Formats: sequence, structure tokens, C-alpha cells
Amino acid sequence: MSVPGVRLLLLLLISLCIPNVWADQALPYKIDIGRGGHCVRDPVWMRKNHMHLLIHQRDLTVREGKRDKEIDLRNCIECHASTKDDSVIARSDSFCVACHRYEAVKIDCFECHSGIRKSAWLERNAK
Amino acid sequence: MSDVQRRNFLKTSVGVAAVAIAPGLLLFKVAHGQSDDDSKVRWGMLIDTSNCAEGCNECVKACNKENGLSGGLAPTDSQWIRKIEIKDVSTGHQFALPMMCQHCAEPPCVDVCPTGASFKRYDGIVLVDKHRCIGCRYCMMACPYKARSFVHAPLHDQNPDVPRGKGTVESCTMCVHRVDEGKQPACAEACPNKSILFGNLHDPNSEIAKKIRAVASTQVRADLNLNTGVRYQGI
Amino acid sequence: MMSTSFALQHKKNRLYYALLAGAGLVVLLALYAVSLMEEEGHIITGMNNQIVWGMPHVFAIFLIVAASGVLNVASIGSVFGKAIYKARAPLAGLLSIAMLSGGLAVLMLDLGRPERFMLPALDFNITSVFAWNTVLYSGMFGLVIAYLWSMMEKRMNVYSKPLGVAVFAWRFVLTTGTGLIFAFLTAREAYGSAVLPPMFIVMSFAWGMAVFHIVQMVIYAWNDKELEPEILERKKRLLGIFVLGSLYMVVAYHMTNLYFAHRMGFERFILLDGGVYPALFWWGYVLIGNVLPLALIFLPGMKTRKSAMLASLAVVLGGFAFLYVFIIGGQAYPLNLFPGYQVSSTFGDGQIGSYTPSIYEILLGFGGLAIAFIITTVSVHVLNFMPHDKSYIAD
Ligand code: SF4
Ligand code: SF4
Repeated sequence: MSVPGVRLLLLLLISLCIPNVWADQALPYKIDIGRGGHCVRDPVWMRKNHMHLLIHQRDLTVREGKRDKEIDLRNCIECHASTKDDSVIARSDSFCVACHRYEAVKIDCFECHSGIRKSAWLERNAK
Repeated sequence: MSDVQRRNFLKTSVGVAAVAIAPGLLLFKVAHGQSDDDSKVRWGMLIDTSNCAEGCNECVKACNKENGLSGGLAPTDSQWIRKIEIKDVSTGHQFALPMMCQHCAEPPCVDVCPTGASFKRYDGIVLVDKHRCIGCRYCMMACPYKARSFVHAPLHDQNPDVPRGKGTVESCTMCVHRVDEGKQPACAEACPNKSILFGNLHDPNSEIAKKIRAVASTQVRADLNLNTGVRYQGI
Repeated sequence: MMSTSFALQHKKNRLYYALLAGAGLVVLLALYAVSLMEEEGHIITGMNNQIVWGMPHVFAIFLIVAASGVLNVASIGSVFGKAIYKARAPLAGLLSIAMLSGGLAVLMLDLGRPERFMLPALDFNITSVFAWNTVLYSGMFGLVIAYLWSMMEKRMNVYSKPLGVAVFAWRFVLTTGTGLIFAFLTAREAYGSAVLPPMFIVMSFAWGMAVFHIVQMVIYAWNDKELEPEILERKKRLLGIFVLGSLYMVVAYHMTNLYFAHRMGFERFILLDGGVYPALFWWGYVLIGNVLPLALIFLPGMKTRKSAMLASLAVVLGGFAFLYVFIIGGQAYPLNLFPGYQVSSTFGDGQIGSYTPSIYEILLGFGGLAIAFIITTVSVHVLNFMPHDKSYIAD
């Protein structure tokens, strides 16, 4: 293969590694963003970096008891859980699942964390 | 082997064994070393066993509800708090008390945890960081109070405030999510006889600190010198 | 003549692949068990909140302790310069690596969160003996591999002696570490004893030697060779001494426990009225694991290879029996929160814990054995691990 050919191939390979959601445009799949509204950061930035925010805050919260009103998984879910079933994980187009399935990245959060909007959960478990 | 060689073999072996054991003993010291005891807050409880009614299970129920435990009693089910019925064999005197994680100031569970998942917060609350727990269960072996449970099966529909999950170890969190909001632990609030007094042991003006100064209280297995955050009165 | 030996070779080859396939199947079954445990949780094992360590730990600890002990053969060779042991050092090193791999695999796959097994290395908790042990295990791996290399590669031969000494020291620390895992559990009457680290060291000698005997005899038989009777006799006697030594340590462990008044209840339980545990202790450990092999070794007229083989097998079985009683029996006896009082609760206070191992954890345990078997068999087959004795010279 010629040198430009190799270069082209490499470029192609590298571009394959860039998640599609980083693109600043309409997403190529269906997603239920729930209530949505004003996010804690710019949505495009969030698509790329939400995990860093979450992990950083998670250690602060668990280890040091420094809770943040805004960056709080429950807060994310409050806005982004579907208005139909109050969940971010219940269906294939739920807020977290839609992207993660598309990018084939396993979500580990919800084995322990509830994926349900807290207000709805409280209502259901009010008895 | 000739005699001389045998003797040399033994000598070398004993020497090496000593070298091998010494760091272990050193480690023992480190593991039981000092902790920072100058934090302004140390949450604790004083439990009045003379008030605690035999057969009453309100604190346990409240804990299960608050933390989303099933309340099942199989040996594989989690129990964060339990009532122990106690009988003095020689006198026949009977009483009961709630037992849970004692939130030790020198917690053996934290010493042994290989990943640092078990840890003590600045305010004395001992927790499991489930993001780090690998489920080795060494902490359960080390805890003198059988305070910990292992989640044996997948869980669903957890309380949004209390994440819990399969394959990790858990125990009483002193309702850390409530305490951080300025509330009391669920058990303390639920006790109909006000037997569980919750408060800041390091604030000399708190009710609990005053009471601990005034009445005789004990730590369970005080012989282990763990400086527990949960104290009992009337044992 | 020619054709019969060829046929025999052919048969052996077939047997070799059949054995490998069998072991591979066991490993597959173990992996299946693990995937089920992953899916459904530890609920499908017999372990619970009282017996938190079960069958997998019995297998894993046996393998790890024996892995350290088997190196004794190598150490006597390179540290103390004994020719007959030196010839066996490569095989000993190989067995050590094989068993260490098997044991660690079992330990790791039993975790509640096996996918996070690298965490202890990343988030190291300096006070944890457990974390310490992960360092010890990986160090051991590296050292033994280097040691093996130094013995098999001519140019590396010069390093063989220092590496042998390093392995020798390291394995003491490693077995001490294994003992310390239990010795630190001060609140538990079964553990929390300073006798445990040395006890594990001496036991490792016996178990490692027994495993070595078994493997060596099988290899000799496979290759239609005879182990010189003098060598066999000596090694048999060495095994006997190790067995006696470990029995002495076990007696010391129970005697020190009996000395502490508050541990009387536990000793009664484990030695007398605890049901399966005393039975396993006396019949399994004492009778099969000690009396039988000692008789086979020291009674006059027991000079055959068969007796050495039987004695070694009995020591291994006894080792498993001992670990079952030590690990599971030790947890079954309840923690004593209120000494002198009678207690009861919904969480097993004051009650003997119950434990029935499930097929899945047993499969996992055998998976560990199978891993060790495969590593050993394949290596012996492709590389030269056969001990080569120059005609025997008394040293
Ligand atoms: S009671 Fe047990 S779990 Fe709680 S801090 Fe003490 S050792 Fe740890
Ligand atoms: S089970 Fe989890 S918390 Fe307990 S010692 Fe192991 S890693 Fe630490």
C-alpha cells in the first residue's frame, strides 16, 4: 500500500474510535430525554464528559459526604427519566440506554442505583 | 543430610521464618494504630437497654423500610439491624437490645479491606464504598459484631437514596443520607420508647455527650478496644 | 518389539489428550458455574452471611499453601545444594506456578465482583493483609518464573542460586501472609492466634511434598522409569517428618486455644460435639491425614512405591479435611458478643451456622485443580521437567 493509502486507512481507523455522539448534530437514534430542560452543563459537552462529572462527584459524596445539589445522579434522573415510565433505563430508547447501546458501553450504575425518578418512587412507596 | 548440614538447614529456616513474621507483626501495629480523633463531629448512639422492650421490632422495621431491605430472615438475606434477646444464665435476668454496625473508631473491617472500599468518614460513620467493593467478604470475617451482610442476589427497585447491589457487602450506614440532611437515623426516630439516642459525641453540649458523661454506659466487646460509636446503657 | 512400543506410545498419546480434554471439561464446567454465580449471585452457593467463605476458599487455600510448600524441594536443592533435590527443582517450580494459578483463579472467580479484581492493585489499602497477599502472590509468580528460566537456560545458570534463595525467602513470607489472613481476625475464636502463620508454613511443607511425590511418581510411571529406591525412601521419610511437624503445630494451636478459658466452647465444638466438623477432624485429618501416612512411611516393611503414593494421597486428603474444619467450622461457631450470656436473634446470634456446599462452588474448586493439572501436564509434555538423576551418590 502507498504511504497516502496507509495514512488514509489510519485516519479512517481513528475516526472510527470517536463516538458518534460527540458530533454536534442530531443523534442517529431515538432517545427519550424525559423532561429535559436546562442541563447543568452544555449538552454537547455533557455527551462527552458526563461520566467524569459523575465519577468526580461520586467520590466526593461517598467518601467525604460533600453532596452537590446539582451534580447528583438523582438530579439527572429527575429531569431525564421518561415522562411515560419515570425511568432512564426501562426501554431501549430510555435516556441512558439509547446512547449506551449505540456506543456499546456497558452501564454499571444501575445494578445498585435506582433508575427511577425519586419523586415518582416516593409516591409509589408512600404507604 | 549430615548433622551439620541439618543444623544449618534448621538455622537458616528459623532465621528466614523470623524475618518473614516480623513485618507481619509490624503490620499488626499499623493496623491498630492511631486515628484522627480531633474531628468536630463524631456521630454516635446511646441505646438504653432498660427501655428497649422484648419483642418490639420497630427499629428493625423502620430500617428495612428506609433502606429498602426485604425484611427476609434467611441466612442469605441482609439484616442491617437486629434485636438480640439476652439471658443471664446465672440469674435468669432477661433483656433485649438492637445490634448493628457499631461504627468503630478503630474498625477492623476497614483495616482488612484490600481495596479501601470499607472506610470511615470524617464524622465517624463507617461505610462500604460499593464502587470499590470487590465482594471478597474479608470485612465480614473481621467484624466482631456480625454487622455486615453480603448481597447474595440481584436487587431491583432500590430506594433512590440508598444504592445497594449484588456482589457487594453492606451494613448499617447510620442512615448517612438522612444524617447529611440534618435528620435522625430511621431507627432512632422510630423507637416508641425513645431508647435510641442519636447525636454528636464530640460536641460536649449535645444531649448524647451529656448523657454519656452522666450515666454508666458500655461498649459491646469493650475488650477489643475498638472505641465504638454505638454505646449501650443498662447491660 | 518395535511395533509394540510404538503402539504403546500411541496409546499414551491418546491417553494424554483424553486427560487434557477431561481437565478442560472440568474447567469449562467451573466457568459455567462462575457465570451462573455472576448471573444469580452467591445465592446459588451454600455460602451465606454466617459462613462467608466456603468450599472455593478450601480449594484455593490448599492450592496456594501447597504451591508455596512444593518449592521446598527446589530450595533444598539450590539453597542447601543437594543434588537429588536440585534435579527436581524445575519440576517443583512448575508445580508451584501451576497450583498458584489454580488457587488464585478460584479465589478471584469467587469474588462478588470478579470483574474488579484488579482494584486491590490500584487502590491499595496498606493495612490490609489481603492486599499484601496480592503483592506476595504476583511477586512469587515472577520470581518462580525467573528461577525456572535460570535453571533451564544455560546462560542464566549463574543466577539460579541467588534466585533460589530469593524464592526460598519469598515463599516463607507468602505462607506467613496466608496465615496472617486468619491470624488478624482477633474477634473470632477459631482464628486470631499467633500460632497460625508458623502452622501454615509447616503444613505447606507437608502438603507441597505430598503433591510433589504424587506428580513425580506419575511422571516416572508414565515414562516407564524407576525412581531409585534410596531416593524414594529418603523423600518418603522427609514427608513423614513434615507430617509430624504439622501435626505438632495443629496440636499446639488447639492447646493454646484450650488454654484460653473463653475459647473452651469453641474447642468443644470443633473437637467434640460439632457434628460434621469433629468427625472430619478426627477421621479425615487425624486418621487419614496423619496416622495412615505415618504408618505407611515409618512402619517397617512398607518400602514399596505404592505405600509412598498412598501416604501422599492421604496427606492431601487430610489437608482438605483440615482446611474444611478450619475455615468452615471456624465460621460456623457463632461470634460471642456477650460472653457469659445466652443470646438469640434472627441473624444467627448464639446459633451454629449451617452450610451445605452447592455443586457450583465445588465445580469452581475442581476447576482450580484442573487448571493446575493442565499447566503441569502440558509443560511436562512439551518441556523437559523430568528429574535427571546422575547415578545416585550419597551426599
Ligand atoms: S461494627 Fe463491624 S462493620 Fe461496623 S465499623 Fe465495626 S468492624 Fe466495621
Ligand atoms: S467485601 Fe468489599 S468492603 Fe468488604 S473487605 Fe472485601 S472489598 Fe472491602
